Amino acid sequence: MTAPYHSIVIGGGHNGLTCAAYLARAGKRVLVLEAADRVGGAAVTRSFAPGFKVSACAHLLHQMPQDIITDLGLIRHGLVFAAEAMPTISLAADGPHLRLPARVNGGLSGEDVTAYSTFMARMRRFAAHLRPMLSRTPPRLGTGTAADNGALLRLAWEIRSLGRTGMRDLLRIIGMNMYDLVEECFASPALRAAVAFDAVLGTNFGPRSPGTVLTFLYRLAAESGACGAAMAQPRGGMGTVSDALAAAAQAAGAEIRVAARVARVAVRDDRAVGVLLADGETIAGRHVISNADPRTTFLNLLGAEHLDTGFVRRIDHFRQRGLTAKVHLALSAAPPFRDLALAGLRSRMIIAPSLSYVETAFNATKYGDYSASPAMEIVVPTASDATMAPAAQHVLSAVVQYAPYSHTDGWSAVKQNFLDRIIETIETYAPGLRGLIIAAELLTPADIETEFGISGGHWHHGELAFDQFFMVRPVPGATQYESPLEGFFLCGAGSHPGGGVMGLGGRNAARQVLKKAA
Amino acid sequence: MTAIASAKRYDAVVLGAGHNGLIAACYMARAGLSVLVVERNPYIGGAAVSRQLYQDFTYSNCSYVCSLLRPEIMRTLELPLHGLQIIPYEGGCTMMRDGGHLALYDNHDALRREISRHSKRDAEAYDRFARDMLRQCRFIKPLLMRTPPDPTSFKPRDLMELLYLGQRFHRMGETRMYETLRFWTMSCADFLDEYFESDIVKAHLAGSSIIGTALGPRSPGTAYVLLHHYMGDIDDAVGAWGFARGGMGAVTNALAASFQASGGEIRCNAGAERVLTSGGRAVGVALADGTEVRAATIVSGLDVKRTFLGLVDRKDLPAEFHRQVENFKIRGSSGKLNIALDAVPSFPAIPEGAPCIRGDLHITDSIAMMERAYDDWKAGIWSQAPYVDMLIPSQIDPTMAPAGKHYMSVFVQYCPYELASGSWDDGKRQAFGETVIQAISRQSPDFRKLILHAEIRTPWDIENEVGLTEGNIFQGELTMDQLLFNRPVPGYAQYRSPIRGLYMCGSSTHPGGGVMGAPGANAAREILRDLRRDDLRLDGLH
Repeated sequence: MTAPYHSIVIGGGHNGLTCAAYLARAGKRVLVLEAADRVGGAAVTRSFAPGFKVSACAHLLHQMPQDIITDLGLIRHGLVFAAEAMPTISLAADGPHLRLPARVNGGLSGEDVTAYSTFMARMRRFAAHLRPMLSRTPPRLGTGTAADNGALLRLAWEIRSLGRTGMRDLLRIIGMNMYDLVEECFASPALRAAVAFDAVLGTNFGPRSPGTVLTFLYRLAAESGACGAAMAQPRGGMGTVSDALAAAAQAAGAEIRVAARVARVAVRDDRAVGVLLADGETIAGRHVISNADPRTTFLNLLGAEHLDTGFVRRIDHFRQRGLTAKVHLALSAAPPFRDLALAGLRSRMIIAPSLSYVETAFNATKYGDYSASPAMEIVVPTASDATMAPAAQHVLSAVVQYAPYSHTDGWSAVKQNFLDRIIETIETYAPGLRGLIIAAELLTPADIETEFGISGGHWHHGELAFDQFFMVRPVPGATQYESPLEGFFLCGAGSHPGGGVMGLGGRNAARQVLKKAA
Repeated sequence: MTAIASAKRYDAVVLGAGHNGLIAACYMARAGLSVLVVERNPYIGGAAVSRQLYQDFTYSNCSYVCSLLRPEIMRTLELPLHGLQIIPYEGGCTMMRDGGHLALYDNHDALRREISRHSKRDAEAYDRFARDMLRQCRFIKPLLMRTPPDPTSFKPRDLMELLYLGQRFHRMGETRMYETLRFWTMSCADFLDEYFESDIVKAHLAGSSIIGTALGPRSPGTAYVLLHHYMGDIDDAVGAWGFARGGMGAVTNALAASFQASGGEIRCNAGAERVLTSGGRAVGVALADGTEVRAATIVSGLDVKRTFLGLVDRKDLPAEFHRQVENFKIRGSSGKLNIALDAVPSFPAIPEGAPCIRGDLHITDSIAMMERAYDDWKAGIWSQAPYVDMLIPSQIDPTMAPAGKHYMSVFVQYCPYELASGSWDDGKRQAFGETVIQAISRQSPDFRKLILHAEIRTPWDIENEVGLTEGNIFQGELTMDQLLFNRPVPGYAQYRSPIRGLYMCGSSTHPGGGVMGAPGANAAREILRDLRRDDLRLDGLH
């Protein structure tokens, strides 16, 4: 029998790989176990029609900090960008499209162009003050330790350092909804909606839901230190990011095994001592780190019998049902978006013409239905990366808001209708699209759950809301990447700072494990 | 118009004889100040009034339940001595469209049996729910009668208060903090889902989370609104609601009597037109009748928009403050019907002789139905299947209607201030009323033919009669961005304004609306502190 590993990471998603890479760089013996036959989790590239490849879940890289890229040498390990600093184009059914960052004559009045840059400067300033919190382990209340007290004071100071006016402004807007905030700031319906759309993308909220300014600031904070000038498309899709992370981890000495499904965490004397694989193999490890979502981690991998009822109830109440679907189209030619030539397709296009459009799209899901006219984030990866499809043919990848996790009529009965509605909606902006479709694929949140093993199919492994954020993410008892069980840690998006292909959860968790192990 | 200066000078003039204005006035008068309250309407009370609009019926035609009024205010101002009598509800009932119902009883065992009829699990969960609500109420309640600290200030008083709050929070520890955070930020629907499975149990409880609020039960933040409505305590029973004998006007009449007993004066038909300033400070108020009253302290019980956008010269205000007042969210979302009835209507859903008919009667099926009602409001129409909260106080209080006849208060959520089809007119008002009467008739076959008179009030009507902007019953939404130190405007949450000597005491200020009285009492404390009269150590104002 071989000596136990220092750490076993369950799940080779981007956070799991990042965590393993940092641990290996610290000289620890690390093993990553991935159930699928390739690493990457929700940051993967896969084929969906003969010759056509797509980033099957996340499709843009806009939140991975430059320092992680540098630390781990991801460029050296194969990460190349096909497109960087991608602009956002809010599609208009007629008239000029709205392009962001805003320019004069881009369909906006001079006042709105100024207001937009003022608004973004104001939000970026707040984001810059919130940004350091993302890469730190959040403090805990009530422990009385010097480290936690220090972190709390530092937090208070961070907010104070905004100055009186800035602090008052932040403390007011942070609880607001985006609908009200953009209404205070701009006149253009398309601009209002484009900004609010970013706040609700990937969440269970509509623009009128309080808490959406928080999600907007969170997104901006994560983007503020990111590589690729925030909005970037890796060559070869998101799988390239995961492959580079895996290569970096291996180069540092980590072992990675794919097609190795963990059945249970092995527990002895109230501490994690390794894992048991589905094929019956047992692997010993002094620390076990789960990259899976909190529900899967605690209820499936660990098991409620090792936890107290209050904690299990909190995990049960952790809101982690996704409301976002994904659509992939294989096209025989470039999608015919009005007024957008191939160069124009090298952007992030959104369908969010007005606030009421997005809010109405949200309405249906409250009653278990999909949006009849969904809001979308669309990219055409083949516009900047020929490796994704056969020559002259194209791929369209769309994040679709909103689709409930379970449909009242059952997804199998209505999935085709929803796909039709989505294609029809895109066709409003790209007449003739339907005739170009070679193959189409729709992933509902339930499909995302099945394919990526994320319980509930939520991108962030759990809703980003005040009560599931920062110091209390995912739930008390599992904060600071730790768990009620000695030696058992979390590193996934269910922990602070949440989802988005960021890698900070993995890096923070590695630091915490090393601190505990020391 | 040449102003006629009023002969008498006062120490303080209060604008608006609503309950908060009167409470602030009472405390100031008891501290020895000469105080005048001016009121635009020919009657006092603001939105806490009893009015005779049809024969000998008395309508509580705006607010209709007395639940949140702080007991310390009631005691200090000796309101029972001045005629206020509160009669607790004996329960209530929620009726579904399919004839199902959930009756609520005071008696714990009866309540448990009734909930078990819908779900045994929910009957168990109800005790846990009530305990958790109580714990949160205990945490928040001490904050109601305190002035919110300014988190940006370095003044000792603010720092001490922040320290007090921080310690309270810190001492809770992680788990309690998490639970508290959930109360403040979650949606009522998510929150109730964690306890209950039965639609009607959830729907019954969710009613309080949307009343007066331009949010649906699925909007984050509505669990707090639920809590806000739970903070009542009649005879120290937390969460108890009650009738004021003689209608809600009894509250403001008792306040007026208490005020006058302390030497205060009230002038009706005397709406304030303008706050007079000199050298950046308030010096008096010009009234609609052309008179000017001089006083160094002016206290406005009107909402923050009415006060600063209506009564104050724009040049007297910092531009930023003005902009923030404009951005204050104060949305009309509720309607009201006041109905004179020939007899108590029959509700086949309610068991014969059950006391719950004397409590609050709701019509709703589920949280989804309430959420759809909100979707209608967002689209600029009144809810086609509204949430209805009815009360027939004349069953308990015979002063409300002639013998054998009855008065019914019908609160309706949601009703927009402005319709997508344009402004309100009489035809639309009648159509709105008809929607509500139909909803009630579905539960009560004889209801329509018992109607002797019906007053239909849209948010537009409430604004015009009472003076509440958009007819918002809380003088501003109770959302996180408008609570505590953010209410009404960051930096001005301590009842003072940018104009020296001009104070706010209405529900636009902390802790908000719902005939609670805390804003009036808190404002009085701050004013007396500025006047260095706080050495009087008024009971109930620490």
